Amino acid sequence: MTDDASNRLSGQDLTLSYDQRVISRDLAVRIPDNSFTVIVGPNACGKSTLLRALSRTLRPARGNVLLDGQVISSYPAKEVARRLGLLPQSSIAPDGIGVADLVARGRFPHQSFLRQWSAQDEAVVTEAMTATGVEALADRSVDELSGGQRQRVWLAMVLAQQTPLLLLDEPTTYLDIAHQMDMLDLCADLHAEQGHTLVAVLHDLNHACRYATHLIVMKDGEIVAEGDPATVVTADLVEKVFGLPVRIIPDPETHTPMIVPVDRRGRGRDHR
Amino acid sequence: MSDTLTSRPRTDASARLTPRGTHAWRSRGGRISFLVRPCTLVISLALIAVTLATLVVSVAVGDYEIPLSAVPSALLGYGERLDVFFVQGVRLPRALTAIGVGAALGIAGAVFQSLSRNALGSPDIIGFTSGAATGAVAAILVLGAGRLVVSLGAIAGGLITAGVVYLLAMKNGVQGYRLVLVGIGISAMLASVRDYLMTRADLTDALGAQIWMIGSLNGRGWSETAAVWIGLAVLAPIIFAVGQRLRFLELGEDTARGLGVNAQSTQIIALAAASALTGAAIAVAGPIGFVALAAPQLARRLTRTGGTTLVGAALMGATLLVLADLVALRLMAPTQLPVGVVTAVIGGSYLIWLLYTEWRGGRA
Repeated sequence: MTDDASNRLSGQDLTLSYDQRVISRDLAVRIPDNSFTVIVGPNACGKSTLLRALSRTLRPARGNVLLDGQVISSYPAKEVARRLGLLPQSSIAPDGIGVADLVARGRFPHQSFLRQWSAQDEAVVTEAMTATGVEALADRSVDELSGGQRQRVWLAMVLAQQTPLLLLDEPTTYLDIAHQMDMLDLCADLHAEQGHTLVAVLHDLNHACRYATHLIVMKDGEIVAEGDPATVVTADLVEKVFGLPVRIIPDPETHTPMIVPVDRRGRGRDHR
Repeated sequence: MSDTLTSRPRTDASARLTPRGTHAWRSRGGRISFLVRPCTLVISLALIAVTLATLVVSVAVGDYEIPLSAVPSALLGYGERLDVFFVQGVRLPRALTAIGVGAALGIAGAVFQSLSRNALGSPDIIGFTSGAATGAVAAILVLGAGRLVVSLGAIAGGLITAGVVYLLAMKNGVQGYRLVLVGIGISAMLASVRDYLMTRADLTDALGAQIWMIGSLNGRGWSETAAVWIGLAVLAPIIFAVGQRLRFLELGEDTARGLGVNAQSTQIIALAAASALTGAAIAVAGPIGFVALAAPQLARRLTRTGGTTLVGAALMGATLLVLADLVALRLMAPTQLPVGVVTAVIGGSYLIWLLYTEWRGGRA
């Protein structure tokens, strides 16, 4: 078995660009199976671009993304959608669409003209809504929901796809801290209990260190470090990547690395 | 209400969830399953009933009145000769043309609104209609053309304008508001081209062009009926085939792709077919305003589906136009108004209502 075959999702020699603007060159990436992989990096480092390439929403200018050993673009669109689910940064709920209606859309890759709403579709949608805690909202309109509820409904839709791989692009953006933790706990459950392989782009380094089993750190379109957060995250690395002097202390709750920015206004020294 | 995970209300885990307002029908063994929307079905049947009733009234009333009891026999071709002449030769093709043009405009409007994710993204607003009108006016005034060439001019003008608007609005995919804004700009430019042509034309030609631009079903016969229904028969199935994918694209392109929808091919197929359908409608009846704008929105509000309903839009468009044409015929009888006048009044009121409710809802 080759090295790549042990990873269901990987990218080789990827050059990623929007029109003429190249974001990444010769990028190689492997998503460890059954991991909760988190991609971090400063703004515009290309982390969302990488996720879009891995989810085949962005076609690489060069190189290939491999899914189960085959070039991802060689699969029919629905076949990919049965293996890999994507929660993009921005989704639009059409006016007046119901919660169950939206979650049910996740069954599209499993449906056909003669198989529009099987008993299995119904069971899976119910399960997805229960797992994300939105089953009580089933008959509500998505318009009426709060940001946190809405994000869980979108996640339920992706779960209803029943894919072993889940790609989440900044799932916690626009949520307050309680709902951010909610969302991440939910992701951790999906990873630990249901055996999904998760790949998420996150902004918050401390969240990434807490939840990731595998961390990918990006800067200027390149992967500068990857591995277990506890070994990867050092003050040097953070300063190099983000240009911010920090101290790393163990998170008092989880003993994962916690990043504390050095006080630059000179007050920190007085208390030392 | 709190929506954190810890405080979430638990419901009976055995409760099965089916999308709101739907009913699942499954074969024994469950290999075949359909999702039926009873509400949509009822509304559709009601619209068909209204359309058919209006059709019967349309063929009966006029300066030459035919008793309703004589209509069925006249439709079938026996009965009094004059009855048969008016019903089969004049009124039936006109009413059927109205139904066909209305359905075509309804479907096309639904597609354009869906692609632009904007209730204003109908062919009227994004410049297609204006382009068709300019093409037709140029054919009338510059070439002095007959009806067929005018129709071709309209289709060419419409398609070219749609292409230009689409290209100008495109940047990493098409954004709805950009399509609307570019369309408004192009429409204004095209209007000035038409105005210029008008000032150069002689009075009779200018009047003919002006009347064409309002949109009318006056004097439309079986050849027009055939033209629009053939267009529908070819293009509507294509659009219905990508209809479900269109509804997924309304969730955003990335989301649709993630669900296994081929975004770009869906957009191109839908846009091309809807443009051709609009072209067919305009070629037959001139640029009848507001049906394409209002029908999809009314259908969607009536059926309460989140997202586009193509069949609903088609039926609503047919109902609206056949009703409007009856009004246009009878309102100032014996003078026949162009139906575009009536739809403009209905559509204008609708537009104001739409904007008013959206503003109040804080969405515009």
